[in-house]
Amino acid sequence: MWTWFHKLSSPPHFYRVAGKMVPWFAWPAALLIVAALVGGLVLAPRDYQQGDAYRIMYVHAPSAWMSLMVYVVMAVSAAIGLIWRIKLAHAVAAGCAPIGATFTFAALATGALWGQPMWGTWWVWDARLTSELILLFLYLGYIALRSAIDDPQRADRASAVLAIVGVINVPIIHYSVVWWNTLHQAPSVTKMGAPTISLPMLIPLLMMLLGFTLYFVAVLLTRVRGEVLRRERNAGWIREGLAQ
Amino acid sequence: MSLTAFLSMGGYAEFVWPSYAVVLTVLVWNVIAARRSHRRAAEEARRRLQISGTQS
Repeated sequence: MWTWFHKLSSPPHFYRVAGKMVPWFAWPAALLIVAALVGGLVLAPRDYQQGDAYRIMYVHAPSAWMSLMVYVVMAVSAAIGLIWRIKLAHAVAAGCAPIGATFTFAALATGALWGQPMWGTWWVWDARLTSELILLFLYLGYIALRSAIDDPQRADRASAVLAIVGVINVPIIHYSVVWWNTLHQAPSVTKMGAPTISLPMLIPLLMMLLGFTLYFVAVLLTRVRGEVLRRERNAGWIREGLAQ
Repeated sequence: MSLTAFLSMGGYAEFVWPSYAVVLTVLVWNVIAARRSHRRAAEEARRRLQISGTQS
């Protein structure tokens, strides 16, 4: 296992294997997302309280899930890169940032579009919404810090520290609906034992969550392949890798 | 169910469809941006290798 991991973390090997893996994640992701769109927009019944407005959930919840999961992947990779000085880990962290930032934006935008008809307001400064907005600023700060430092190794280290410090925000976002009184509803899926959502409504949501996760892997692998090429200077394997 | 009924989303069309549009845009943008980023890195690496002059 360790030798496998060590081999994978060598840039030439990673570049080749990642290139082969992308379609294996991208196509199942595309199929799941299309099926979940049909399931969520057409097949799932109307909600008795929220009407058809609840269908925003099928894009809002997976976007919010991405915003948190991508941040955790980014912070863990940054920590691995910082502690064990693995270049590939820094490349993974760098690849996560734009993906996470755009999905955090999507979570906030769809949240506003759901909040207006349900709460009567686009935005409130409550715990869940404010901590999610801080997450967007963390992503943007990470990207800005990275692009402000010319030396790649210094950029890796400085941005890694920011990513690791910012991870404290992730449990705050997750538990904000429990710790504080907020307008935002509690999650309907992760309540173990007592599902508060019916199966025809739940299945498209789970498909969307899985689809988004597979999609993330495919997009991240593509970005990290680019980052690996940028970091590797004058290496002979690049010639062979690019010739394929 | 008629198409117009579907498109009206029970009166919430102006909130539901923009939500889906935002997320689909983000999904498509990420694919395009990641592929473009990889392509640019590859072009740049090719140039760098040619300038360094090691012919194969």
